[in-house]
Amino acid sequence: MYATEKSGGELSGGGPSVRGMTDAIVVEGLVKRYGATTALDGVDLTVAEGSVLGLLGPNGAGKTTVVRTLTTLLAPDAGRAEVLGLDVVRDADRVRAVIGLTGQYAAVDEYLTGFENLEMVGRLYRLGKREARKRAGELLERFDLTDAANRPAKTYSGGMRRRLDIAASLINRPRVLFLDEPTTGLDPRSRLAMWEFIAELADGGTTILLTTQYLEEADRLADRMVVIDSGRVIARGTADELKAQVGGQRLEFTVTDAAVLPRMAVRLRPLGLDDPVVDEQARRLSLPVSGGAEVVAEALRLLDGDTSQIFDVGLRRPDLDDVFLALTGRVAETDTAASDATTVGSAR
Amino acid sequence: MSSLSIAVEDGLTITRRNLVKVKRVPELIVFATLSPIMFVLLFRYVFGSAIPIEGISYAEFLLPGIFAQTIVFGSTITGAGLAEDLQKGLIDRFRSLPMAPSAVLVGRTVADLALNALSIVVMGVTGLIVGWRIRSSFGEALAGLALLLLFAYAMSWLMATVGLLVRAPEVVQQASFIVIFPLTFIANTFVPTNNFPAVLKWIADWNPVSAVVQAARELFGNTAPILQTSDVWSLQHPVLYTLLWSAVLLAVFVPLSVRIYRRTASR
Repeated sequence: MYATEKSGGELSGGGPSVRGMTDAIVVEGLVKRYGATTALDGVDLTVAEGSVLGLLGPNGAGKTTVVRTLTTLLAPDAGRAEVLGLDVVRDADRVRAVIGLTGQYAAVDEYLTGFENLEMVGRLYRLGKREARKRAGELLERFDLTDAANRPAKTYSGGMRRRLDIAASLINRPRVLFLDEPTTGLDPRSRLAMWEFIAELADGGTTILLTTQYLEEADRLADRMVVIDSGRVIARGTADELKAQVGGQRLEFTVTDAAVLPRMAVRLRPLGLDDPVVDEQARRLSLPVSGGAEVVAEALRLLDGDTSQIFDVGLRRPDLDDVFLALTGRVAETDTAASDATTVGSAR
Repeated sequence: MSSLSIAVEDGLTITRRNLVKVKRVPELIVFATLSPIMFVLLFRYVFGSAIPIEGISYAEFLLPGIFAQTIVFGSTITGAGLAEDLQKGLIDRFRSLPMAPSAVLVGRTVADLALNALSIVVMGVTGLIVGWRIRSSFGEALAGLALLLLFAYAMSWLMATVGLLVRAPEVVQQASFIVIFPLTFIANTFVPTNNFPAVLKWIADWNPVSAVVQAARELFGNTAPILQTSDVWSLQHPVLYTLLWSAVLLAVFVPLSVRIYRRTASR
């Protein structure tokens, strides 16, 4: 059933024009200013119920501001936002009762134990003492924190804190979950584990809005994506649609001696959809092509045995990094940046 | 559930949370108890050996003063605690929950009130050992304690507003030092004000801390007929003046800090 809803989501979500009963999140013309700075400059987006939307953008693009508005932490200066049909300004209290939020920093009380953290949040959702404790136990179990349940969160690793934070946002079984950069600063293994948890939640039918700087993350988890930059939506669609915007696949050769590249370029020209691009520094030749493996065979035939200098050859499909570069003119955060973030995170 | 009972319940949940921290961070207890003990001993024996107070021992003169100084300094804990919660993203978490908007502030100020009460008890016991005496009735002494705690609670709300606006725990503590030091020293806290320069004397006379101290001295019976107090209205009616200040502080800063809280989010 959710699979159906999800594929439906792929058709209707993301765009401002198509709206239906099934949209869990509707954002129209959202504007937020901080003094002279415009953080959001008319953002429109929708998220179909039961689907996952990846909100992408570089640092300072406005991703967190969107999340804070939708979770009632900030009041917009113009435009409106609804969660499950409830206005985030007028019905803020009712919105809070149906959403879960995991912010950028693992918002757990480090002096409380994992169990106490969850119990406290449960109490604040007014679950009652017994139910809050029961729910805390269930979630600790689910997020592999049972062994650490009675240790202060201060002693947790970054990944454990993040898991505890997500567990806290799930206490009230929210129908809509906001995850603001849920894996920033996590080591690769914790990130993979987090992805599995998020995918599980999505499979269970939770509507998720996820912000991330990691394109791989969005590609893996999100049904649809919205790319924002400087407070505006600059692209939206599925991963494939976004990739199609950037262009098709390329044939790439890497050689051991750059001197052979001009000769190769002449020989390969008839195979390409456009002129080959030669990067002598990287000793690389790149050629826009269409077709599959046979293109590679054809290319090698055109080179006519002159292949002794070839170090590597392959078909490359554009990934979201290419999308990002094409859309914003900037290189997206890479995993190098991710490991930097880890250092900064632990220093803080 | 009525919104009042929700506010009380959520406030208690947050109070418990803050008190758990006190339990888990022994340094906090140490600071809340050791530094007052140190102050009592230092002032009692350093100032006490040089400052003769007519008609009364210095220990008796000192203790109400040091009670007031300690609770005023204690209020910075409220501001620093809130700034820390804000910095760590906890306020974002709380604000995304359907809880009473006053709860985080109530929970913080009530927990700090408990800490202040503990400080006063520890100082009081230390004081009794080094020569302080309560010379009033049990009821008056209790009223003195209550008045001190009321003023401490009101100051906590003022510092709550500061904490939410300043947002950095270290800055809250250092900035408030600059204000609180003169506030507690340009007063009758440690020495009689009779020989202050005119301007300082005027400030000391109307300084609410002076009134708190004078009220505590009267309620604990630590006064002497020969000991002259300024004849300004504030020191002739110190209990009333303290109550007025507490009421004004609460009336201004409770609604103000709740309002700021409702719009605040970490950056």
